[in-house]
Amino acid sequence: MWAYIIRRLIYSVPILFGVALVVFALFNLVGGDPAVLLLGKHATAERVAMVRTELGLDRPMVVQFGDYLKQIVTFDFGKSYTTREEISTKILNGLGPTLCLTIPAFFLTAIISLLIALVVSYYRGRMIDRLSIIFFVFLMSMPALAYILFGQYILASKLGWFPISGYGSSWSERAYYLALPVLISVFLNLGSDIRFFRNSIIEEVGQDYVRTARAKGLAEKWVYLKHVLKNSMIPVITYVVIQIPYLVLGSLLLESFFSIPGLGGMTVEAVNNSDFPVLKAMTTVISLLYILTTLLTDVLYRLVDPRMSFGKRG
Amino acid sequence: MWSKVLKTILQKKIALLCAVIIMIFVFIAFAAQFFGLASNWDVPVGVQYLPPNFSAFNLWLGTDVLGRSVVYKVIQGTRVALSVGIITAVLSAPIGVFFGCVSGYFGGIIDDLIVWLIATLSSIPNILLLIAISYSMGRGMGAVYIALTATSWITLARILRGEVIKHKQREYLIAAESIGVGHGGRIFKHLLPNVAHQIILSMTFMVEIAIRSEVLLSYLGLGVQNLPSWGKMIDDAKGELSTGVWWQLTATTCAMFLLMFAINVLGDYVRDALDPKAQI
Repeated sequence: MWAYIIRRLIYSVPILFGVALVVFALFNLVGGDPAVLLLGKHATAERVAMVRTELGLDRPMVVQFGDYLKQIVTFDFGKSYTTREEISTKILNGLGPTLCLTIPAFFLTAIISLLIALVVSYYRGRMIDRLSIIFFVFLMSMPALAYILFGQYILASKLGWFPISGYGSSWSERAYYLALPVLISVFLNLGSDIRFFRNSIIEEVGQDYVRTARAKGLAEKWVYLKHVLKNSMIPVITYVVIQIPYLVLGSLLLESFFSIPGLGGMTVEAVNNSDFPVLKAMTTVISLLYILTTLLTDVLYRLVDPRMSFGKRG
Repeated sequence: MWSKVLKTILQKKIALLCAVIIMIFVFIAFAAQFFGLASNWDVPVGVQYLPPNFSAFNLWLGTDVLGRSVVYKVIQGTRVALSVGIITAVLSAPIGVFFGCVSGYFGGIIDDLIVWLIATLSSIPNILLLIAISYSMGRGMGAVYIALTATSWITLARILRGEVIKHKQREYLIAAESIGVGHGGRIFKHLLPNVAHQIILSMTFMVEIAIRSEVLLSYLGLGVQNLPSWGKMIDDAKGELSTGVWWQLTATTCAMFLLMFAINVLGDYVRDALDPKAQI
């Protein structure tokens, strides 16, 4: 177990380094001069040169990359261009609201889609199944922006069932404001989730052990509940588990439309304001969190699934 | 393989319908690109926010804030969306095939390097990588193509690598080797035809994801700059709903929905036709 965790940790070092390299290359080598971006196109050359020295952009690339690595290790990314806030504080403050949105949405989506998939796959091949497949593809094909815009307009503005946007400090306020974004988020993922779950369940129906169970005279209901379900849960759980790392990113669109002060909304804001350091820090931190969460879920997954051995070597 | 796909499309009415819908979209995009259909989209055709009416073709979907025809804007948006989808798939498929095959086939240090590259790029959430690339390349279409190509090949390469490793043990490749077929021959003549269905399926998904991502990027202001695109139209239209102007948003949503739906359904049928395991 510990050997596996340590091996897995060592394995993530080159990936962490790779992520740092890619982000640095994109923002510092490929991208335009941040000093020009900051001052606008009409700034004088002197002013640009001054800001370049101030930001340390006139030093060799290797030194700048070293600085960037130091920023990552010390978790100090400097200040935002537009709001002059400390970026690390900003990110820490944003993580809470993001998770308040994504975690309930994640569990609700998983539970609801699993329940629907169970019902639909029990009636596989019949009319209710066929109609629902069409409906799920319908749900999947709707653009995400349409869900958000029409959902917000109809359910919040027109019918007034939900607040239009906002976020609160107390839990009851949060629940009040987050209800609609969570609901929309569930609908965004429902179609593809149900379809995947249904297909995984139905794939098991064709297996030999199902034929054996039927041949020994077990009622179809029990074949389904006792044999098919247990086995089909393996791909289902895997599918759900690999989504966990995405929880830290949140939803860019949902957060910006519902004014939730999370990481996704912050990213959209940084794009709109061309806030170079915030965007760079955000990409770095979310990728690192992503790697960390992947690591955690991998370890947990191995803990849960006894078939995954910890690879005792030698 | 191809005859099987064609047979499925012709036999199943829904699949045929979806193929026809996609062809219509392609035809519209083609006409807009090469024959100047709706090229005068930026010329006002009526007053501001004229509701849809059937007096003239360009008023079918009403007008926008500047009195421009929404029909024309949807057509231009179709052209942008399809060109992004098709160009991304065409550019990133060869890259994915190359890296996937080389990595799975040769193994060793090349494999380690490619796996590292894939693991690195997939550790950065896709949407952030897209934003970072198109942000650093400057706003515009070129950046969108590069960003989408740079992110789309990864999944295909990973899938193909797995497939190639599986197929490497199969008798037909060992037989080919034993009669003296070289590496190139084994990869191109024997291996690739056997994994071609994976490539085709991945390309369908690439088109869909590319179109969705383009809409998102244009919505964020990073995509195409001087043409109407679906993302920009939705961005324009988001404030209009509360003033009762529903047609621009509805038209754009419907166009995008129809294309996505057709691609999804057709993709399903093609997968079922190609994959013997997927039959219920």
